[in-house]
Amino acid sequence: MTANGWFQIGLFFLLVLLIAYPLGIYMTRVFERRKTFLDPVLVPIERTLYRLTGIDAEKEMHWSAYAIAMLLFSVVSMLILYLIERVQSWLPWNPQHLPGVPAILAFNTAASFTANTDWQSYVPETTMSYLTQMAGLAYHNFTSAAVGIALAIAFVRGISRKEQKTIGNFWVDVTRSILWILLPGSIVLAFALISQGVVQNLRPYDTAHLVQSQQVTAPDSSGKPVTQTVTTQTIAQGPVASQEAIKMLGTNGGGFFNTNSAHPFENPTPLSNLLEMLAIFAIPAGLTVTLGQMTGSPRHGWAVFAAMAVLFAAGVTTAYWAEAKGNPLMHGVDQHVSATQPGGNMEGKEVRFGIANSALFATITTDASCGAVNSMHDSFTPLGGMVPLVNMMLGEVVFGGVGAGLYGMLIFVILSVFIAGLMVGRTPEYLGKKIEAFDVKMAMLYVLIFPVFILCFSGVTVLLPHLGLSSLANAGPHGLSEILYAFTSATANNGSAFAGLSANTNYYNMTLALAMLGGRFLMIIPMLAIAGNLAQKKITPPSAGTFPVTTPLFTTLLTGVILIVGSLTFFPALSLGPILEHLLMYAGKTF
Amino acid sequence: MRKEIITSLLYTVVTTLLLGIGYPLGITLVAHLVMPHKADGQLITKNGVLIGSKLLGQTFSGPTYFHSRPSAAGTGYDAANSSGSNLGPTNASLLARVQQSAAEERKANKATADIPVDLVTASGSGLDPDITVAAAEFQIFAIAHARGLPVEQVNELVHQHIQPRQLGVLGEPRVNVLELNLALDDLSKSARLP
Repeated sequence: MTANGWFQIGLFFLLVLLIAYPLGIYMTRVFERRKTFLDPVLVPIERTLYRLTGIDAEKEMHWSAYAIAMLLFSVVSMLILYLIERVQSWLPWNPQHLPGVPAILAFNTAASFTANTDWQSYVPETTMSYLTQMAGLAYHNFTSAAVGIALAIAFVRGISRKEQKTIGNFWVDVTRSILWILLPGSIVLAFALISQGVVQNLRPYDTAHLVQSQQVTAPDSSGKPVTQTVTTQTIAQGPVASQEAIKMLGTNGGGFFNTNSAHPFENPTPLSNLLEMLAIFAIPAGLTVTLGQMTGSPRHGWAVFAAMAVLFAAGVTTAYWAEAKGNPLMHGVDQHVSATQPGGNMEGKEVRFGIANSALFATITTDASCGAVNSMHDSFTPLGGMVPLVNMMLGEVVFGGVGAGLYGMLIFVILSVFIAGLMVGRTPEYLGKKIEAFDVKMAMLYVLIFPVFILCFSGVTVLLPHLGLSSLANAGPHGLSEILYAFTSATANNGSAFAGLSANTNYYNMTLALAMLGGRFLMIIPMLAIAGNLAQKKITPPSAGTFPVTTPLFTTLLTGVILIVGSLTFFPALSLGPILEHLLMYAGKTF
Repeated sequence: MRKEIITSLLYTVVTTLLLGIGYPLGITLVAHLVMPHKADGQLITKNGVLIGSKLLGQTFSGPTYFHSRPSAAGTGYDAANSSGSNLGPTNASLLARVQQSAAEERKANKATADIPVDLVTASGSGLDPDITVAAAEFQIFAIAHARGLPVEQVNELVHQHIQPRQLGVLGEPRVNVLELNLALDDLSKSARLP
């Protein structure tokens, strides 16, 4: 670990803090339909959009109507994505003449991008045409993120409204998320990324003639080693920057290329890396401020922010420490930090990012539900790789996905308030709303669906040698980690992977698609039910028995509840995966 | 319900035109007006022939060029097939591969010291254009010897090619292998001239 490494991590967090407040205020104005500086340009577009699609922007929705609109929009747009993938060979902007995507893979991908997961079982540069990437995948990067933000805002309305039956209009919330937040943010970010070298074109792949041709030996289709001379390098191109921007800002994480933000065309410089990391946290961090503003308790927003900050700091410290220590099994290799190298475990990492920025990115991308990667998590040390896994298992509430992070965190807030209420023997209250049996039941449903998907799918998969285990790239405890990571990432709608797992099989494509859809939509329904139920309650004035949700004590309790729920659920699985691997690695055992 | 389905369909079509077609094409257009070289991937041509991209590494072997890092992309630095090795830290084949690379580098550079870690580990993308300063310095002596160039001259060339941390703080110092090797070829050429 170096002083510069810590400085870069500290600088990143400081910038998040500086962005969060103004962005949070701005988002409050957007969703309360107050004036903003972009109105002169955007209001006409907004009105046209409503007119073309027959949306009545003044109509408020009951939570169930809100949920139905959300589900129908998701299903319809998912089907259209599926269609685009299947028929891409007949559509324009396919300079490599890529064939249609096979059915089950196309289904997995459609589910993945609709659920804001962006799990990728395919290699994009050899599978998806430019049109599919732009109009199919990048499009869903916008809408799935906008749906997330809309849901979080609906939830916050549920908390802040009193004695009302409605929680807003789904179409208006989605439209305003897109037009006022995601689109302008993406345009600015896309140009900033291009200035750093992220490519943006529609040209066919280029063929470069290598400076020095190479003799390479590789197995042919029958497995026999064949030596051939390689004289050219095919350079995949594409409209990358426009997709990269919304990929980060919408915490989607689906790479234009196979290696995502490790690829120099997606993330060419340390500055592009910083911008991408900031884009992941910007909206989720801003939404905590929006929470404070909309509920009339700014300090509550900051108390929630503080709990997130504590968990973020714990994650990045662990990951940086573990990766900087390096791999004790590599002998004859200099892994020490010096003036001329950062040292540490460099397998799967890029030189321009080194250890600090790789560990930081891995922490951020899994604290949020982004899933973009700038290094290969599969090659992290056991404890370094456990950090992203644990971050996802905690429910991705550390800033979290756009919207999803906030409503996930608010479920934990309700549980914390409930537990505090039990301790003092009073009916728990949250910002003046009494938390009753229905709310707690729904919150528990939300909390339970998550591990049920992860643990059941993982448990079944390790019992299936041909369907499950044959896809593993690594043996021993690391193999269990690969499977556990896949189902955690899918259910948590993250999308990053221990990418050694060959997931493009019918079994994994189907099970992971189910995990992604369940982890998204089954959890949204109880969440919206709580929102609707809270909205119709009376506000009770605070009394001596009210547990204040603005204090460091509250932050501590909230952090504790998150850690206890997460570790009670997942510790046994973790101890058989990364923890066991860590112990065996230091005992010198290899697989 | 039927009305909601029609709304969903119309909304998807209209917003796809805006976000899925209009937005990326608009960015592409403006990018090509303002910074076409960057938008196209900072391609390098020599005598009219495309020889690579500044951002993408290539494989170099033998004693006369600085070596890039090992690559898991296709048969090595396949820029249409980016990939890391995804081998875990206790995977025996990872450790064997590292041992082998380390032995080769030690022999090529007639060194007894430990090898800088980036020179024997595969990058995340398989296309890493850079090596650390340590990895570049490690190779100077053998390359100068193989090319019959003074060590100080090669050393100076390496130090000219060190990219410091961006804005003084971001990332890690590094050396772009393709650019360094192209400059090395130029240096050899000018040394041969009378």
